[in-house]
Amino acid sequence: MNVLAIIGRAVLAMLAAIGRVTLFAVDTVSHLGRPPYYPREFAQALVQIGYFSLPVVGLTTIFTGGALALQIYAGGARFSAEAVVPQIVAIGMVRELGPVLVGLMIAARVTSSIAAEIATMKVTEQIDALITLSTNPAKYLTLPRVLAATVVMPFLVGVGDIIGIMGGYLVGVERLGFNAGTYLRNTIDFLEPLDVVSSLTKAAVFGFLAALMGCYFGMRSDRGAQGVGRATKSAVVAASVLILAANFVLTELFFSA
Amino acid sequence: MIELVDVHKAFGANTVLTGVNLTLRKGRSMVIIGGSGTGKSVLLKCVLGLVQPDKGAISVDGTDVTNLRQGTPERDAFLARFGMLFQGSALFDSLPVWQNVAFRLLRGSLKKPRTEAHEIAVEKLRRVGLSPDVAELFPAELSGGMQKRVGLARAIATEPEIIFFDEPTTGLDPIMAGVINDLIRGIANEMGSTAMTITHDMSSVRAIADEVAMLHDGMIQWTGPASEMDSSGDPCVAQFIAGSAEGPIETVR
Repeated sequence: MNVLAIIGRAVLAMLAAIGRVTLFAVDTVSHLGRPPYYPREFAQALVQIGYFSLPVVGLTTIFTGGALALQIYAGGARFSAEAVVPQIVAIGMVRELGPVLVGLMIAARVTSSIAAEIATMKVTEQIDALITLSTNPAKYLTLPRVLAATVVMPFLVGVGDIIGIMGGYLVGVERLGFNAGTYLRNTIDFLEPLDVVSSLTKAAVFGFLAALMGCYFGMRSDRGAQGVGRATKSAVVAASVLILAANFVLTELFFSA
Repeated sequence: MIELVDVHKAFGANTVLTGVNLTLRKGRSMVIIGGSGTGKSVLLKCVLGLVQPDKGAISVDGTDVTNLRQGTPERDAFLARFGMLFQGSALFDSLPVWQNVAFRLLRGSLKKPRTEAHEIAVEKLRRVGLSPDVAELFPAELSGGMQKRVGLARAIATEPEIIFFDEPTTGLDPIMAGVINDLIRGIANEMGSTAMTITHDMSSVRAIADEVAMLHDGMIQWTGPASEMDSSGDPCVAQFIAGSAEGPIETVR
């Protein structure tokens, strides 16, 4: 009986949390159609989330592309399929690893930063100050960040996909002895528009989720340093799990036969 | 005039306000005193709509403002009448000092051209005793006393009718506390603003208050002119002024 009660309470708590996040998301999106807008804050968020994330995106994807080429070559050798390295690297990076890894890196870098910043603003009464200054925090803080992340993530993932493929190309040509021209031609010939569309769509969704979780947990932060720490941790965990879950759903939508 | 009638507020099992009745007349300066954790800040936040009362009514100049919804023109117009100095100043870290001061002048219904907003910010900073150089600094580069002054400059930037001060001298040395008290008194007189201050600093009370209200056990225990505070006869007020451990205000909470 007690076990059932515990499970019931956990399920109710989870449903309540899903409801709160959904309402928060709907409220955030609804501000798109309701001025005032804060273009300066949006531009700052674009630079913070987009431009300053480029190094970490580049480093993550180039090493992943290189490692992927090595793995496919070694694995493919078991059934004489070493030649498919360019195709598998391309499809692996564009369809899956590019968006997922960039999404997770953004969750680590951007979600944590947004959650910590907003949570600190909350515990130091800056959010209350915004309200007394007739400024809606959802319009001033949440919408610019969520919108910027949604807009800039396809760009970041596009760059990440290219750098990841280039990582595979460098390993393929320099280490595994592939012909440079053939490697590139195989990559380009094999990729289809749907691969790129799915990659960029995933990117936009992951960007939305990453920024939304940062704002949501930041706004709900408890008092004190512990509250800020808890909000940051929860935001990163929630963003990461949601990105992986959304990746499954989107993959199913795009590629299920 | 600000009027609170039978205002109640609880956070879960923690009952904070249990029927506050209070009237603050236009142009007067009221100081609310009371021990830590007695709900003074909650009371101010209820008036501003930052905290929703569970019961009771709050009116400003006869208009009920208890349930104004965020984002409505009525609420924006209501908040435009207020200035607020927060306990920790609550300056925005990401903005330079002048943009903090001119925040309201750079956006929304009170928006002014950027150069004009900058001039007003520098003028307000000068009014609180800060040089124009400070305008370009960031809040993290300022001392606690300077941050309070910037917070004060922000509170008066639009010359509001009503100004709230939440613990304006907490964490300051006695000299800086005296400077802030004088500024609050001077500015309130100069602008003819209605002021409500919460504090446990008795030197602030004597410097700022026209009227004093004692909040204890979630209710206003005594209210009257500051000149009558010492002879109020109320045991809570007497204990608070004396700073004594003996009396109705429990020292272990």
